[in-house]
Amino acid sequence: MIRFTLMQSRASVLVGAIGLGVVAVVLAITGPHLAHVYDAFESSCKVARDCATAPNPVLNSDKALQSALPFIVAIVPALVGLFFGAPLIARELETGTFRLVWTQSVTRKRWLAAKLGLVGIVAMAIGGLLTWMADWWASPLDAVNQDRFGVANFSFHGIAPIGYAAFAFALGVTAGVLLRRTVPAMAVTGAGFAAARVAVTYWVRPNLASPVRESLPLSAGFGPGFLYGGSQGTMNFNAYIQSGVPTPGVGQVVLTAPQVNVPNGWVYSTTAVDKAGHAPTSHYVFQACPVLKQLFRGSQPPSAAQLQACITRLTSTFHTVVAYQPASRFWPLQWAEMGIFLAAALALCGFTYWWLRRRYA
Amino acid sequence: MSGVIEASGLGKQYGRKWALRGCTLSIPTGRVVGLVGPNGAGKTTLLHLAVGLLSPSAGSISVLDGKPGDGPDQLAKVGFVAQDTPTYAGLSIKKHLRMGAYLNPNWDGDLAERRIEGLGLDPRQKAGSLSGGQRAQLALTLAIAKRPELLVLDEPVASLDPLARREFLQDLMTIVAEHGVSVVLSSHLTADLERVCDYVVVLFSSQVQVAGYVNDLLGSHHRLSGVRRDHGNLPADWVAIEESHTDKQSTLLVRTDGPILDPSWNVKPVTLDDLILAYMSQGRSPRPNQGRELGVLR
Repeated sequence: MIRFTLMQSRASVLVGAIGLGVVAVVLAITGPHLAHVYDAFESSCKVARDCATAPNPVLNSDKALQSALPFIVAIVPALVGLFFGAPLIARELETGTFRLVWTQSVTRKRWLAAKLGLVGIVAMAIGGLLTWMADWWASPLDAVNQDRFGVANFSFHGIAPIGYAAFAFALGVTAGVLLRRTVPAMAVTGAGFAAARVAVTYWVRPNLASPVRESLPLSAGFGPGFLYGGSQGTMNFNAYIQSGVPTPGVGQVVLTAPQVNVPNGWVYSTTAVDKAGHAPTSHYVFQACPVLKQLFRGSQPPSAAQLQACITRLTSTFHTVVAYQPASRFWPLQWAEMGIFLAAALALCGFTYWWLRRRYA
Repeated sequence: MSGVIEASGLGKQYGRKWALRGCTLSIPTGRVVGLVGPNGAGKTTLLHLAVGLLSPSAGSISVLDGKPGDGPDQLAKVGFVAQDTPTYAGLSIKKHLRMGAYLNPNWDGDLAERRIEGLGLDPRQKAGSLSGGQRAQLALTLAIAKRPELLVLDEPVASLDPLARREFLQDLMTIVAEHGVSVVLSSHLTADLERVCDYVVVLFSSQVQVAGYVNDLLGSHHRLSGVRRDHGNLPADWVAIEESHTDKQSTLLVRTDGPILDPSWNVKPVTLDDLILAYMSQGRSPRPNQGRELGVLR
């Protein structure tokens, strides 16, 4: 059955290998240049002592490829599901060849196991190899960006894409078995895979591990700011509007916590709270910093010293709490995400076996 | 002696509809058996049950003393040519034969290659570009090179032109003669069956109407015509399968194991075609299933 499966899927495996080969050649040609640009900057900025501030030229090399690569890594598992998964059994059902192959001297269980096993491994290998190549190519960029948890980074690195490819493949197979038609199965696979990826990225991944909570003085980071709701709308002053910051009502002011930068980490939220965990009221802030009233009501702006004084007053009562995933959790979360998708893929394969037995027996 | 296919109260239900119901059969070994009935009579369902593509909703079926489709050994014993003779359009003939070799322990590669050569087919040709007749021949080759004990064919000639149909059936007969394999084939065309079968099973509206050796069936059924008589006046051992009456005359198709002694009847032999049609039209009217009685007689 293994040899027959290889014979049957040779064309699609060949197309996959050629696609991977093309990507590999492009990355192999451009990758060393990118690494060279990075190394050259590293040595020159050390001399100039401006490594932290000078713009890194790596970010401006191969810009087209930089934006295309995450897209390619994101789309390939879907393509694997569409072109390896959906037709795998749907085409046999559609053309009636299941009646030919199921009456050879091989049980349906072995037939399904060989098909799912072999083509599934090819699918996972494509996902894994592509990501591995992209990882290698983008390593200078990752060193500069320090943002491995970013939505546009986490899913395109590490081992999670192996799980995506396995899941997309299994989803394609299942849709094909249920719909018995290749083209509708492909459509369902594409939509289902996209939905699953979005759902896991935005609803599951943030809850995989409870974030580390750390308290910092209010003056740490880029400094706190104030958010004021006026009749003209909301204005903020020296502030980064963070998610989770309440929008002030008219005439209200909110103390916004300083933005905290965690290299390669994933900051969920930063909030300014007192020891009991409460944010300062608008009334309290105005009391501590009467100078803000002048500012927001359109009189003369306060000086930096005045603002600093008011922040110092607030610091005695309030501090910043930052909730984040540290960089060390990158690999555990990668394993977890791959595990989720692999488990879903296995469940779909089990369902497919059960359904085929029930429906065609 | 146990038959090649033994079914008892066999039924297959789809939702509320029975595709096959109360089927009790004993199909003898070493014969060419024709399964005949109109489209939708349950022929394909019965054959799929026999090769293990379906499992019964009621009753039981055993094929060559095994449960259909149960394990590789059972699968190896039965060759199947499905309706419309499905093949992999993208694979060449040669690859189909390789598939046969990979998937069947008793594969006879020489036989397969000889047959393809004998048919004048190019092994490099893709199955998708074959004519209907050639595809049917490829499917038959795959089924026979598996060296099965039983060959099951579902409407193998339905889509073929008359010439291809005759060639296919001739080939089939040659195979039967050479390999001594039992054959069950279905058709809705009785003429095909008359040419090749020595045992027939008539299916109509999901039930077996009659089953028996062709010679026995032809010998025990007579077409009678004579002066009009009522149903009740017939001898007790006659079973009227079909009757039509005019004011003066009665025409009957009867089954009886004894001779027709009454000289007032004009007795004519029946053809297989007549007989099958009579059982099918009988199946349309609500009467007890006499086929089963005959099956028990065998």
